[in-house]
Formats: sequence, structure tokens, C-alpha cells
Amino acid sequence: MRYLPLTDADRRDMLAAIGAASIDELFADVPKAAQRDGLVDLPKAMGELEVERRLSAMAEKNVAAGSVPFFIGGGAYRHHVPAAVDHLIQRGEFLTSYTPYQPEVSQGTLQYLFEFQTQVALLTGMEVANASLYDGATACAEAVAMANRVTRRNKAVLSGGLHPHYRSVCETYARFAGNELDAQDPAPLLIKGAGGEDLAARIDADTACVVVQNPDFYGEIRDVSALAQICHDKGALLVVVVTEVLSLGAITPPGAMGADIVAAEGQSIGNALNFGGPYVGLFATRDKFVRQMPGRLAGQTVDAEGRRGWVLTLSTREQHIRREKATSNICTNSGLCALAFTIHLSLLGEEGLTGLARLNHAAAVAAAERLAEMPGVRLVNHSFFNEFTVRLPRPAAPVVEKLAERGVLGGIPVSRFYPERADLADLLLVATTETVTEDDIARFAAALTEVLQ
Amino acid sequence: MNDWSQALSRHAAAGGETAGTITGNRGLQIEEPLLFEQDSPGKCGVDLPAEFPASPAFKSRLGGLERKGPIGLPGLSEPQIVRHFTRLSQKNYAIDSGLYPLGSCTMKHNPRLNEKMARLPGFADIHPLQPQSTVPGALELIDTLAHWLKTLTGMPAVALSPAAGAHGELCGVMTIRAALTARGDPRRRILVPESAHGTNPATAAECGYGVESIPANERGRVDLAALKAKLGLDVAALMLTNPNTCGLFETEILEIAEAVHKAGAFFYCDGANFNAIVGRVRPADLGIDALHINLHKTFSTPHGGGGPGSGPVVLAAELAPYAPLPWIVHGADGFRLVEHAAGQADDTIGRLKGFHGQMGMFVRALTYMMSHGSDGLRLVAEDAVLNANYLRVRLADVLSLSFPGTCMHEVLFDDRFLKDTGISTLDFAKALIDEGFHPMTMYFPLVVHGALLIEPTETESKASLDQFVVAVRGLVERVRAGDAASFQAAPHFTPRRRLDETTAARKPILRWRPEAEQREAAE
Amino acid sequence: MATLRFTQDHEWVRQDGDTATVGITDYAQEQLGDVVYVELPEVGRQVERGKEAAVVESAKAASEVYAPVSGEIVAVNDVLAGDPAQVNADAMGGGWFMQIRLSDPKELDGLMDEAAYKAFVAEQH
Repeated sequence: MRYLPLTDADRRDMLAAIGAASIDELFADVPKAAQRDGLVDLPKAMGELEVERRLSAMAEKNVAAGSVPFFIGGGAYRHHVPAAVDHLIQRGEFLTSYTPYQPEVSQGTLQYLFEFQTQVALLTGMEVANASLYDGATACAEAVAMANRVTRRNKAVLSGGLHPHYRSVCETYARFAGNELDAQDPAPLLIKGAGGEDLAARIDADTACVVVQNPDFYGEIRDVSALAQICHDKGALLVVVVTEVLSLGAITPPGAMGADIVAAEGQSIGNALNFGGPYVGLFATRDKFVRQMPGRLAGQTVDAEGRRGWVLTLSTREQHIRREKATSNICTNSGLCALAFTIHLSLLGEEGLTGLARLNHAAAVAAAERLAEMPGVRLVNHSFFNEFTVRLPRPAAPVVEKLAERGVLGGIPVSRFYPERADLADLLLVATTETVTEDDIARFAAALTEVLQ
Repeated sequence: MNDWSQALSRHAAAGGETAGTITGNRGLQIEEPLLFEQDSPGKCGVDLPAEFPASPAFKSRLGGLERKGPIGLPGLSEPQIVRHFTRLSQKNYAIDSGLYPLGSCTMKHNPRLNEKMARLPGFADIHPLQPQSTVPGALELIDTLAHWLKTLTGMPAVALSPAAGAHGELCGVMTIRAALTARGDPRRRILVPESAHGTNPATAAECGYGVESIPANERGRVDLAALKAKLGLDVAALMLTNPNTCGLFETEILEIAEAVHKAGAFFYCDGANFNAIVGRVRPADLGIDALHINLHKTFSTPHGGGGPGSGPVVLAAELAPYAPLPWIVHGADGFRLVEHAAGQADDTIGRLKGFHGQMGMFVRALTYMMSHGSDGLRLVAEDAVLNANYLRVRLADVLSLSFPGTCMHEVLFDDRFLKDTGISTLDFAKALIDEGFHPMTMYFPLVVHGALLIEPTETESKASLDQFVVAVRGLVERVRAGDAASFQAAPHFTPRRRLDETTAARKPILRWRPEAEQREAAE
Repeated sequence: MATLRFTQDHEWVRQDGDTATVGITDYAQEQLGDVVYVELPEVGRQVERGKEAAVVESAKAASEVYAPVSGEIVAVNDVLAGDPAQVNADAMGGGWFMQIRLSDPKELDGLMDEAAYKAFVAEQH
């Protein structure tokens, strides 16, 4: 077997050195009743050729996003990742190394984490960021938990514009931790009859934080500075969620609007769609709250020769030291995904990121205008970055299926997230990135026209 | 002079003297400043497509919230970026470099076929929210992985969404709490052995439980009498690792399971050490109710410098209804995602993560499982246990073996052999680095003093193990020769010497700032 | 007259009238290693004897500091925020943690005096 270096001769020699007659002797501590004599009922070993054949067969049954006009977002976005990124993250010293607990032989990891933390702070306009969490949704739940710790309160107000998966994860975490959530009605606020969302009115003396997403789940962009002020006046924190991190290349960052914590999804930079994971959670806050921040942190220091270097620091917040008093139970971060983010963002730089953001927005404007021209199709948003919501003249879910049959992946029906909400059934979320061409938009429009006839 | 040359000369000044070179570089060990110190304003390592569209009528729809002012990101070309990260990588030790004997981490070889399969467009370039009819192969892969995990563990159900081991623990404890609540029997405490990994009590606390510790007996196993004394109507669960963090199989595990169940509690098992028993023992036969599996340990998905991981949780029938969303179910026309509670998953605890789970790690793990097969996986456990015991007998006379007798896939030593030498476990480990090895796990588990926990894994050759033995035995001789100063100053040959962790914690510098800001901060 | 007492958790208490100053002992700071951070209670908080009142952190460990006596926190040592090293340099003096207005001065009678504490520490080895 190609991954097992020991030969039968090795095994014999080693058993002899140990003084055991057979390998079974080394399993003597396992109760007889629990030992299996034979093999588990699963296929036997296969060579690379056979494994490739079987897995490729499964892969080929799927419609790859790059093979058709593609307009799906909803918290995960298809961007072009430069070829260099994937090569660099596959270097063995990055791919097969562990958490940098021995800093003398982990300066590579520690330095890129320090660079990553800096990039995240710059993008979000915040003072300090951690070395990543699992994804945006769990980062959001951790933000709520952190706000509770900082304010010593335990109620969170969630905007109806928050991504439904993020809301759901917050609900699960809060329920088990015994914390309260006041989650607003999910709906694009510009829709007739949906009512306004008055978050300020819901803040009371027990409120630890208000959680808003910007751009929100429907794509709308807002200035949350006034809300931040109200939160602070009432002793609460403002948590801002960003699901499309590329938007920070074009719009005012949460830090400039008074956010106290930013929880974001970093997948758009450096990481493929991967059917939902692994992704990379970004987490940033103010310096004064740093000891309440969950997750790993790389910090700068000097070595015994006075040379600059990096170490994991402020570890006493973490599970391996504080155990049940830890800020979170989290152990793993999203290392390799954070590296991919760092490399991709370094390649983009200031010019590349802002240019890429401009391209995304221009594609969205073109698509929105084209779709809004169609009879019965109405654009819901006032503003948007690279994702917007349209209202169709009939339920969007069957329309999306028919578009797929015509070889177009034309967005996400909002009913996929809220199947019980008949009033949202006509809504379609449409995303456009720099990978969308004018031809794609034309084909989308043509297919949609056909389907709506 | 731009930032780059300034940074370089600063480093040269600092390191050149000690390195004995002009640049501070030492052959292939090359000093590399931060990205932010190499900014060429306006430079870009990507050539973007032409502006879209060519239409002059384009009007921004950003709602007046255009970003004002620079973000502050440095600009570099592709060659500079490739060189930057290549140089960084060369400062890291990795499994690909050599033995990485971290106990309970299972640092086994990461097969490259895993990487190739994960990058097939049909897996990497699909969106989690595409119409399900366009991704039947993805659902099939997830179901196939689920089948392997259930069969290997003997458990009827598996929750696949947790993103890592600790996340899996959270999932498991949440399902236990949900089951007890449904039973009308809430309970308040969770029992955790002294030797447990820190995530166990942290997880219990995060779910609203009080945590109580169970001591180990003199054989390094859970003290059954002490456990029985602590079990009561108020205990929701026991969280156990098996084999435990001392590398020992819990010989009384069947009795433990019985006692736990008799008290009306659930038995949670931390699967971090599954590598010792995979293919030979099914955890279901041990009486466990929930077990998380670290795909990045037992099933070879890469550690990636700290992540991403994947922590699916196999569940007993009683806990299955509470599994987090989404579920994958068999329908008349193939596999289907169940993304909402109503109708099919009424009792689910809800979501623990966005989207469906760590698909990229599922592909890698299944690739590995299929490569090994049921026969190969059994051999994995056997070779892992063989390698650890081989190290045990080759080192037991020079290091202090904490518990006599056979170990499983890892072996525990403590610092008695360093008594009165002035050399600590830490110093010993740092000297090992100079010999070309990553140190073993140190100071964990807490049940012995100055622990050294060694897990070689099955992907080490006998020659590799023999080389490690020679190094360790040689270091012990040097300890006995009284060479304390050399140990205390180790490592000597690494890209950086020992780093000042005290100052890093007292005055945290957690990001780069432009020079002006740095000067201000110092005042 | 200031009375100096010690707890088995290696805290010292120096009573002066109706308030007492609390810190950790020299032995404790030596065991901890370099102190990197001290988490102090807010002024005004009520503390109970034997319950956690503060946390002292080194780079690799965090230790709870239990209130040796009950009462109200009337002052905390702000110096420690910027200079936690004071705990190592002068644990018995400048490295003090907090001042408590005693709610029950008789609690001090149950604590060790200096001689008893010295003997207690000697036993630890």
C-alpha cells in the first residue's frame, strides 16, 4: 500500500524488539467483545487510477459554475482566483504544517497570519483582526457571544437583512448558551407591505448588540453610522456582517461607520466555491476589546538575537489554557484558506482590489438594467454592489429550475431560504462577478424571457 | 529608498552581524520583510479584464456610499508575491519535511491525490445553492462519505456540517442536551476526565453545562469508582477520549458505558485518537452515543498550518433526530438536501454553520478512504500502534515512561528524567528542533508533570523512527553530561531563535501600521 | 496597625482599619513566571471570600485569584494595566491588586500569619 512505508520484514523486526508475538497482542487492552475479527463491509484498497475513475464519475454529474452563465451568490461568490494562489498554497511547508505552536520553525505561517490580520483590519476599517474562524456564519455567532461578554448583557437584536444561515447559526448558539435573540422579520425592506425595520427602537438596557449585514442579504447598501451612535448611547455594540468581502473594495467599510465588531465571510478572495466549504471567517474589532476576541492571534516580537519575528499570542483566552472559561471552544482556524486569501489579496493590491470591485459593480448594473427591462420583472433595490433582488411575475423557484434546464444558473429563489413565506416566493437573488460576460447576461435574459412566456 | 530597501537594510543591520553575512541571509534561509514594507504604489499582480460594460451610460448604484480614501493595501507584481510566499514557506517545518510526532494530532502523510480530486471542477466549482438537480454527484459523494463513516464506526447516523473537531464536540453536546430536554430531564453537569483536551470543557461550558473533572487512576485510565461516585441524576453526559490522551485504551470502557447509561446520561466520545482503532474496533460496540471524527487527523486531510478541518459526528439512533441541518436523505429520484426543519427534520437543533459542510475536506477524506479500503484502514491502525510501541521500547530506558505496558498509537513520557538537571521539557524540545525534528506535544495531558506525548503515525518508515531514537537518546546523554546552557539557548539553527512571548503578550502588536502610526503608538 | 495575613492560594491581605489591600505573594509570582496581564474587578463590585475576584495571566497560563475576604472593591491598581511586570518585581508592594472595604473583619482571623505561611510554602516542595 503506497502510503504505508513499513515492510513485513520491518513489522517482524519491530514486533521482536517490542517482545510481542503478533500485532494482536498490542491490541490486548481492547475488550474481546469489541474487536472485529474480519474487515468492515467496505470496498478494499484501490490504486490512484481506480479512485480517480470513481470520483471523476461523481464529479462529472455536476454542472460546474464555469461551464454555464452563472448568477448565483447568496453568501458565496464565484471569482477568478489567479493561478499562482493554488500553486503556493500547495507547497508542502504550507499544506502539511500544523498550528504554529513552535514559532522558531513556523515563521512562515506566523508571518502570513500577521499579514492576513493586517489585511482584514485594513479592509474592514477596524483596529485589530484575528487569524480567522471557520466561516462568516460562525464568526457572526462568535461576535454575538463576544458582545455579551463585553457588555455583560445577553440579548442580541438581529436585522431582518441578515443572511438566513447566519441568523440560524446565531439562533442555535444562543439557545444553547441561554442567551436571548430578538430577530427581526426577514424581508427586503423596500418591498411594499414589508414594513420598516426600526432597529433603534428595539434596543433596551439588556441589549448587548445589534447585528446588521451590509450590503444586506438582498444586496441593499446602507449607512449604519446613525445606528452605531444609538447603540453606543445605549451601551450596546454594533456588529456588522459582510458576506461579500469584495464589496469592501468599493463601499464605506464598517469601521468608518462606527462598527464595534465585524464578522465576515472571506471566501470571495482566494477560495473556490467548493459546494459550501471550507470557507474562511473574518473577525475584527477595536483594540480595547482584543482580550475578549475569540480565535488565534499572531503577534510581533523579537527573538533572542534581537531579530523581528512572530508568535501566537494572547493564548490565555483560548481553550487549551482557560478550558471551561475560554472565550470560545474554537481550536482550528481556517489556515490554508486564510493563506489563499492573503496571497490573492496581495496579488490584487490596492489597484487590483478597487478595480475588481468596480468590474463587479458594473456587471451588476448591466444585469440589473437588462432584467428590469423585461415585462413583469421589477428591481427591488435602490442600491447594490454585485448582488440584487428582482421580483418576478410568478414564483421564482420553478423559474430557476427551468432556467437550469436551459443551461443557465440564474440566481437563487429567496424561497429556498424561506419556503414558508408566500410573500417572498416571487423574489430572485441575482449575483454578478467579474466572471460574468455581456454574452452571459444576454443568454440569461433570453432564457428568462422564454421561461416567463 | 522605498520601504523595501529600508526594511532590508534594517534587517541586515539587525541580523547581519549574528548571521555573519552582509544581508543577514544564511544561504537558503532568506530574510523576508512584510508585504506592506514592499509596496510599489500602483503596481498590481493581476491584469484585470477590460472595463465592463463599454457603455458610457454606466451609473454607479452604490447609494452614495463609495469608499473614500485609500484602503492601504500594498501593490506588488506576481514574481514578487511568488518569491515572498516561497521564502515564507521555507521557514516552516512540515510533515513533508520530516517526522512530526505531535500526540493526538495524527500528523500523517497528506496524499496528493486528495488535492487533485478536490480540485476537479465538478467538486470545486459548484455552488452550494445551485438547483439540486444540477449537483447530484456532490450529494452522492457526501452520502458515500457518510456511509463510510457510519460503517467504520457502526453508528446509524452522521452529522456532517461541523467544520472542525471542536465544532463537532459542540454539535454532539447540543444533540445530547436536545435529547434530554425532549425527555423532560434537563440535567446540569458534564463529566470530563482530567486528561481531556481543553476543547472538551470549553464545549460543555458553551452549551450551558457545569463541568466536573474525573481523576485518572494510577494506570492512567479513568478511575471507574470515582466516575460512578460522580454520576447522578444531574449528569447529562461523560465526554471521553478513547484511546485517551495518555495513549492508553480505556480497558473498562464497557463498564463505563454501562454506568453512564444506567445513570440516564449519554456517552460522548472525542474521536481525536480514532487512528489507533480504525478498521479494528467500531465505537458503537463500545457503547458510545456520539463521536466526532477529525477528518484532518485520521483521514489525512491536510492540516494547512492550522486548518481548515472537518469534524463530522456519528450519532446513536436516540440522538439522530436532533442532528443539525442540512440532512442528506435518499429520495425516489436520488439524494436530496433537507435544509429546513418543518416536515422532515422537526427536532433538529438547527444550523451550526453556513451552507452544507466542508465539502473540500469530504472529497479529500473519501479519496483517502477509497485508496486504503477496509483492509488498508485496518493496517493503518496496526502500523500506527506498532510504530508507537516501537518508540516506547526504544526510549523507555532513557525517558520516563508515565505508564508501563502497551500503549496504543501514541506514547506518554514525563519530565522525571530531567529532574535536577536545570533542563525543562521545553528546553529538551527546543534542542530536538536543532536535530531536525518537530517536537512532540509538550505539557499535555495535564495528568503528568512536563508531559511529552509522541505520536509517530503509520506513515513513518522504520528508518525514520530509528533516526528519531538516535537523536533523542543522544540528547538524553547530553542532558546527563550537564550541558544545561546549550539546551536553554536552543534552538540554535532555526530561522529565528527563541522568541519573547512575554513581551508579545504584554504589549501586543497584532498588525502592521505605517511608520508614522508606529512612532505615535510608541510615545 | 497593619495586619498581614496569607491564604493557602498564595494571596496576601494587609488590613488597615476597615479596608484591606490584596495581592499575590512572591512565591506565587515566581511560580507563575512573567506576568503579562491582570484582569481586575471593577470598583464598586461586591466580592465574597473564596470566590474569584481577579485573574492573573502569564504567557502560557491563567490563574484565578480568589478574594481572601468579603467586601466591596474600593480601589484597583491601575498601574498593572500598563505594567503587569510590577507583579513580578514587587508582588508584596507595588504589585498589589485591589483594596477591599471589609464587610466582616473577623474573616482575617482564619488566615495564616507570616510565620505560618512561610512554613506552608516550605511544605509545598
